[in-house]
Order: sequence, then C-alpha cells, then structure tokens
Amino acid sequence: MSKTFSIGGIHPNDRKFSRDHPIEEFPIPKRVFLSMNQHLGMPAVPVVQKGDMVKVGQLIAEPAGFVSAPIHASVSGTVSDVALYPDFLGKKVLTVVIDTSGDDWLESIDRSSEIKHEITDTPQEIFKKISEAGIVGLGGAAFPTHVKLTPLEGMKAEYLILNGAECEPYLTSDYRLMIEHGQEILIGGELMRRVLGDVRGIIGIEENKPRAIELMRKHAAHFLQWEVVPLKKRYPQGGEKQLIDAVLGRKVPSFSLPVSTGAVVQNVGTAYAVYEAVQKNKPLISNVLTVTSSDPSIQRNYHFRTGTPVREFLNAAGAPEQDGTLRFAKVVNGGPMMGKAVANLDGAVMKSTSGLLLLTEKETKRQEPGECIRCSKCFQACPMRLQPYLLYQLALAGRTEALEEHRVFDCIECGCCLYSCPAHLPLLDQIRLARNVSLKNKRKK
Amino acid sequence: MTSTLLYTILSLSLLGGLLAVVLYLIAQKFKVQEDPRIDQVLEALPGANCGGCGYAGCRAFAESYVNNPEMTDFFCPVGGNDVMKNVAMVLGREVKEQVPRLAVLRCNGSCDVRPRLNVYDGSMSCAVAADLYGGETGCSYGCLGLGDCVTACTFDAIHMNPQTCLPEISEDTCTSCGACVKACPRNILELRPKGPKNRRIYIACASKDKGAVTRKVCTVGCIGCQKCVKECPFEAISFADNLAYIDPSKCRLCRKCTAVCPTGCILEINFPPKKSSD
Repeated sequence: MSKTFSIGGIHPNDRKFSRDHPIEEFPIPKRVFLSMNQHLGMPAVPVVQKGDMVKVGQLIAEPAGFVSAPIHASVSGTVSDVALYPDFLGKKVLTVVIDTSGDDWLESIDRSSEIKHEITDTPQEIFKKISEAGIVGLGGAAFPTHVKLTPLEGMKAEYLILNGAECEPYLTSDYRLMIEHGQEILIGGELMRRVLGDVRGIIGIEENKPRAIELMRKHAAHFLQWEVVPLKKRYPQGGEKQLIDAVLGRKVPSFSLPVSTGAVVQNVGTAYAVYEAVQKNKPLISNVLTVTSSDPSIQRNYHFRTGTPVREFLNAAGAPEQDGTLRFAKVVNGGPMMGKAVANLDGAVMKSTSGLLLLTEKETKRQEPGECIRCSKCFQACPMRLQPYLLYQLALAGRTEALEEHRVFDCIECGCCLYSCPAHLPLLDQIRLARNVSLKNKRKK
Repeated sequence: MTSTLLYTILSLSLLGGLLAVVLYLIAQKFKVQEDPRIDQVLEALPGANCGGCGYAGCRAFAESYVNNPEMTDFFCPVGGNDVMKNVAMVLGREVKEQVPRLAVLRCNGSCDVRPRLNVYDGSMSCAVAADLYGGETGCSYGCLGLGDCVTACTFDAIHMNPQTCLPEISEDTCTSCGACVKACPRNILELRPKGPKNRRIYIACASKDKGAVTRKVCTVGCIGCQKCVKECPFEAISFADNLAYIDPSKCRLCRKCTAVCPTGCILEINFPPKKSSD
C-alpha cells in the first residue's frame, strides 16, 4: 500500500508529455542575465565590475548573510553590465550581465562524466563546499541548502527525505534526472546525510513514475541507510510538509520548521547539485528544466545554464510562428499549479527554474468569477486545513487580525483551493496578497 | 365583559408605570457623563466617516478634538476651512487655515503612449497585481489601471477612463480624504493644493528608471533631463532618483517648466491656452 498525506489534496491530470525525452544540452546563450535574487533571503552582493573577464564557475557575487547564497558565472566572457534589469516577472532586480565568449571553465572543476563514488571529504568539508557552491533548493522555493543542513538547537534530524514526488503536472525534469543520473543523486543524498549526522535516508517518489522507483531502488541497494518509498499520485505531495506527512506520518505544526519533526527534505535536483559541487567542484551554474506544451513538437527536457533568457527556449522549441509572434497565450515559469506567468520574455531563468510551460489561450484563460455558495470544496482540498473561502472574505475586508487568527501564514500557495472552486473565485490571489502584507507588517514590528 | 376590559387596562397601566420608575432609577444610577460639546462638534462635521482626518470616523475626531485642547493640527479635509471654522466656533478655538487640496495621479501613461507587453488575467485588483509582478507595461512605477483607487473612493470622485486606461479624479467631488493614496500600491496618487483658480502644475510621472529605460517603455515619462530644474526661477523643482518633483509650496505657476519639458510629462491644469505668438 503506497503512502500519501492525510489532509486535502487534489488529483489533477498529470500530463507528463515530455517524460520520454532524454535531457538535451541547451546551447550556451550569447548573453546571460544573472539575477542577484535567485534564492530566498538576502540578495547576493556582486564582486565583479563592468568590463571584468570571467570564467565558467567563477564567483561573481557573495552571499549577503547566512540566509543567502553566492552566485557563479554560468558562462565565460565579459561582464557587460551590473545594473537593475527586469526579471521574468518584470520586477527590477540587480543583475550581472555577461556577454559570452567561448566556453572557458575554471581549471578546478572536474568536467568528466565519470561517476565519482568514493567520498573523501569530512562532513565539515562537505558543508563548506555546499555553501560555497551556492546550492539552493531546486524544488522551487530556492531556499539556501546549507541553511537547511545547519543543526538547530534542540532539534535533531532523524531522517533525510529526498523529494522525487514531482507532483506538479507537466514537469518531468526531476523524473529525467532520476532516470539518467540516479547514482549521482544517491551519492549527493549520501553526502548530505553525512552532514546531518547518522540519519536515515528516504527517497519519496510518486507511483506515476514506476521506472524511477525501480531504478532508484536498484541504486539504493548499494547503500545501507537508504530506501525508496513509493507514494500515491496526489497534489501537492511534493510540498515539504505534505511529504513529511506522507512518508513519516508526522505533521509540522504552525510556525515551526519542518526539522522540528526530525525530517529534512531536499529535492532530488538539489542532491544532484550537491554531488556535482562536492565530488566535481562544480558550483550551481546549470540545472534541468522541462519545456512543454500540449503540442507534441514542443515537449523537451533541457540541461541549461542559469541566466539564459526565456525567449531563447521559446525560439529553440519553435514556439514563435514565421512572423515572430508567439502562438501561445501564456508562458509559465514552473508548473501549472504553483508556477508564475512570465511577464517579460527577456527575463532569465534562474537556478531553481524547473520548467517552462506554454499554454494556449483556451487552456489558460480564467473564467469569470461567480458567487461563493459555501460548497466547502476549497476547504476539503486545502492540504493545510485552512478555510480558503473565509480567508478570501477576510482578505477582501482587510481584516488582518482575523486572518492571522485563521492561520493565513500556514498557506503554502499550492493553489488547490483555486483549482477546486466551482465559482472560479480568485481565492489564492487574495489570500497570497493578505499573507504577504501581513508578513511585511510583521517584519516591520 | 366591561370589568375584564377595565382590569386589563388597569393592570397593564400599573405595570407600565412601575417599569418606567425602575428604568428611570437605573438610568439615573448608571448615567454616563459625556461632554455635550462632543455632540455639538459632531453636528458641525460633515459626517462622511471617511477617515481622512486620521481618526476612525467623525465621532472619534470630535471626541479627540474636545478632549485635547493643546493640540492644534486638527483638520477635516472633507469639510475644509468653512467646516473647521464652525467646529472651532463651538469651542471658541482658533483654527489654522489650510489650502484646499485634491488627489492627483502622478502618471500620464495612457494606453497609447505606454504599450502593453502582456495581459493580466488574475484577480482584478492593483494590490494583487503589484504583489505578483511588474505590471502589464514595461514601466514598473506607473498606474496599473485595475482601479483600486476607484473602489477605495467613498465620494464617487474617481472613475476609470476607458480611453486612457487611467483613473480620472473629479475636481468637484474629491475631498482630499486620502483613501485612494493609501489604496494605491504603486504610491502614485498625491494630495496637492488645488491652487489659485484651480490652476496647478505637477509632474505626471513617478518612474525612477534611468531616462533611456523610461523612454523605451513610455513616451510621456520623466526622463530625468533636469531641464525643468534649471529653468525654474523659484527653485521649486527638486531632483532625485532620475525623477523631478515640483514643490507646490514654492511653485508660482509661471509655466516655464512645461515649455522646456521634452516629453510633456509636466501637466498644467486649468490654465487658459497660451497665445500662439509664444
């Protein structure tokens, strides 16, 4: 009997069209835009200036605090600008622009494809390498990985869960990574396991990926402390709190960190990045993303350099017509549930970008909102047991205190309420706003 | 028959009289002493309960006004100087006259001059859109055009103009309560003096981008050339973050700045048209 989380959730059609397309190397772009804000926490501080020559893997920005991450050049060439540029959402972010020339890597980086099994570093050295390589959570939230691996007082990690759920429809980048680089993922997981101390390793994979389960089981057999747990297909299983509930049956209380339940969750992509950073000395300058749509000719998985403009992927995929206009109405950065619409096609993909989803107007157009009939579908779907219809009303009325009383901070923005609402109310839009406003107020205090 | 009627009327009247006495005694015992001037002040206020004065409503304003004689900066923006004179008369106090103000939109980026680069499909609220992304146009400072100010206005003074996609503020109905200023997530609404004969000059742009960037996304934005700053004979125009700002208290409405502005982002309102010989 496969496991799953206990509260709420929905069953969207998984539409993993690109699952059988092997990861292709995406051509190096002529110019990359490296945002200083590719992670949660303080934005990084650039250490290069206009006109500097950089090599692939060279440090271009230092972390601005503990909850922050360094950023490395993803191409070699000349720094042509360090200024505010609009990111893919159209918001202005400090960005380092590099004009590519050649592909000149730092000598310390091991570029061979040979898998290095032997672990020679001590846990302290591994931790140092992870934080210096700028590794962030590649499941989407981009939380700096070294922060999660730092022990907190009074909390002892017992389990390290590698997140291979990939519950977002359409996305297949984690799946391809598990199929093609399963061994590396396990070595990366083992490295993080050693940093955490003697904990048990678990890989959670949804049942709609039987090949990945089978392969990862085969690889895990070589390690003592690792096992693969198949999970039922259900969204949002890949959410950190939901995954802990699904695998261990433990619930993360409000306002506390997941590690308080004894579990640390890392994405399989993050484990691969950790493997590359520790065993190959390669900082996080590339990742795998899915470019997909309902058109069979645009369903790919690419290994890309961070900072590649979104437009390059669309051109490569053949999304524009002959006259240059896009035949899709919306490009989503991420999956259809939690991804954000790309407002600026010249904006760049980031470290944690896991997919670009192209949707036609018919697929994406929102329907006119109606009236709430108190059907409670949103309440049943909410994996955090919130009352979205109530939070929506409170948010419209601007009742901050009542919102906090009803745990608006627990919202994980999974979008289950919006998906299940028969009246097409913009539930998440308003709840997210209320949550962000309250968070800002809280920080001011 | 008659006796039943008589007994009923008698007993009910007696009961009524008794309860009236009880209620009177209770009312005397628990009487709340309130300054009668509060009601008088409340009477003189417009009763809009808009919160423009900084208090929760007209009654809260009246209470505070009566109870804090040492504070002088009370002002009801809706009623203006006339109402404040009446209010002050109740207590025999002085009132500082203030120039009448109204809300102006510091953005002139209508649909024709500021091309849309994407289509917003989310909840129709400026606050939601601003929280989510940079907006439908390339300008991340200008009006989002989803009408949060229209919703916030309790005086029906703001309406969206479908031709320009910008809100328009009615001079006659705007009371300068400031509700729209608070509602705007982009912070581009400003309360400015109405000016003599309702004439005023202001810079209708809030973009802090560099000139080249502004120009690319909007043809009527402030490009930070500082021509107006140099031209102004009264030093009324300050310049910071690639954006000029006219201080209404220093501006003498000479209109020299509007003549030199290359993009026309300085608006002059209610002036007679200039002679063609100029």
